[in-house]
Amino acid sequence: MNARVTAGFLPLLDSAILVAARQKGFAADEGIDLALVRENSWASIRDRLAVGHFDVAHMLAPMPIAHNLGLAPLAARTIVPMALGLGGNAVTVSLPLWDTMRAHGATGDFDPAATGRALRAAISDGRRPRFAVVHPHSGHNYELRYWLVACGIAPDADVEIVVVPPPLMSDALAAGRIDGYCVGEPWNTAAVAKGVGRIVTTKAAIWHSSPEKVLGVAAEWADADPDTLAALLRALYRAAAWCGEAGNREELAAMLAAPDHVGAPAEWLLPALTGRIAAGAGETVVVPDFFVPQAKAATFPWKSHALWFYSQMVRWGQVAASAQNASVTRETYRPDLYRAALKPLGVALPGANAKVEGALTAATPVGSAGASLVLGPDGFFDGRIFDPDRLDEYLASF
Amino acid sequence: MNSALRILVIDKNRIRAAIIEEGLREAGHAHVTIIHDVAGIARRIADEQPDVIVIDLENPNRDMLESMFQLTRAVKRPIAMFVDRSDSASIEAAVAAGVSAYVVDGLRKERVKPILDMAISRFNAFSRMARELDEARTELESRKLIEKAKGILMKSRGLSEEAAYALLRRTAMNQNRKIAEIAQSLITAAGLLGPGDGT
Repeated sequence: MNARVTAGFLPLLDSAILVAARQKGFAADEGIDLALVRENSWASIRDRLAVGHFDVAHMLAPMPIAHNLGLAPLAARTIVPMALGLGGNAVTVSLPLWDTMRAHGATGDFDPAATGRALRAAISDGRRPRFAVVHPHSGHNYELRYWLVACGIAPDADVEIVVVPPPLMSDALAAGRIDGYCVGEPWNTAAVAKGVGRIVTTKAAIWHSSPEKVLGVAAEWADADPDTLAALLRALYRAAAWCGEAGNREELAAMLAAPDHVGAPAEWLLPALTGRIAAGAGETVVVPDFFVPQAKAATFPWKSHALWFYSQMVRWGQVAASAQNASVTRETYRPDLYRAALKPLGVALPGANAKVEGALTAATPVGSAGASLVLGPDGFFDGRIFDPDRLDEYLASF
Repeated sequence: MNSALRILVIDKNRIRAAIIEEGLREAGHAHVTIIHDVAGIARRIADEQPDVIVIDLENPNRDMLESMFQLTRAVKRPIAMFVDRSDSASIEAAVAAGVSAYVVDGLRKERVKPILDMAISRFNAFSRMARELDEARTELESRKLIEKAKGILMKSRGLSEEAAYALLRRTAMNQNRKIAEIAQSLITAAGLLGPGDGT
């Protein structure tokens, strides 16, 4: 095979799998000339995928669902044959807000419940903090809101939520335009490194092993060239395995630091890769599974992940609940394409297309085709469970 | 008719913004506002109440703008991305040129289309200009390098100017490289071989 594939990406840590696929030759090994194009906004990723400048892109997991549900202007039909890792986000607040939270008992160990209680107390002091997320259809928006509500804070009423581009978050925080944000790395570490923010909790703590970015693929391109897509998925799988090796972290951080990629110091990228997160004021918190590129089926496109995002779109009034919309969501994720592409590699593949999210309280070996596979823990911090077969019940609970 | 439309242009590139503004004024649009800095943009949009917003595609704040447009209370009137689905060629042209437009819902496309078309052609003209400027700069840079390399050869090998140039050209052809690249290598090598010899 000899095919050129053009992929758009944003300067974020979790572009790692795409970057490694190109830089470490995994794409070339599959006969793919993988061109990476750095973009400045998710809107541009969407637009350029729609007009065919990109075949595939690094995307926020809810974006392809929003495209197919007709929630985005100028969106082409987009499918998700692969995820680009689990976790990778954190919540950062300004130093003044942290001081107030501290006075109300915030512990500094990233515990979402304790931190949330302190934030709620800070709000009852008469504050209405402004938090930023990167996009309305993002894991950041949904996990921030999930965390706030579970801590007794009403998004929109008690907290204003706005959109700010990731690389500008720490400056907006320093300038006092926002009081906190939820963003992917390295843009939390950036605030800590600049001495303007404090990391208070992480995506991995709010929902362990939770989905973040995916490979969004223009459906038209996938239909026209299924062999190239399959070869690309194999290349990305190998790249993900390389990214997951502890011995490769330094090299990966240096690679991502390049101006063409994330364009941030390597030392800002290392905390997310090692799980040793500098929280601020010299304190380090160890977060197992902060970012998981490959282990625990981290690249498998679970339909239960898609449906959870859909449940949050319904919860926040972005889309109406209907059997049709749930079906569009389910069909957006394509574990069938993932399995078919990776079968020749003889690696461990989940046998199911969906799982009950939050059911695993510990790492658990599961049945899979061929080699052994370990999943989880995948719990939500408030102990709730999302069973995709009982979607309506879950929707009604909000 | 045209004069009634309020147009907001958001572009960090001041030269390109000026080129767009000029085009809009030539087309008879009197209410044109230019913003270079997006800080406090929600307020500006609320104040200006634009019918049409033209923004460069590279602007990292497009996600913020789009989310703001969804919250109608922030901008008072619903604004949506201008997409004429019946005309995919023009969508492609806009994305390729690096421009996008947002319009107040309900605004007829016959009124918006000429504005977008004008923006596309001006964006393209600007890119062409920037490219030409870049090429001119490279050309000037190359010429300087070649002059310097010729000087080194003339001095170190006692060649005439023509012979020095011919040697550079022949070497470039043999190695399938540009003369300026050969000149650069020669200058670097001469620098490494020490002062007094060549430079």
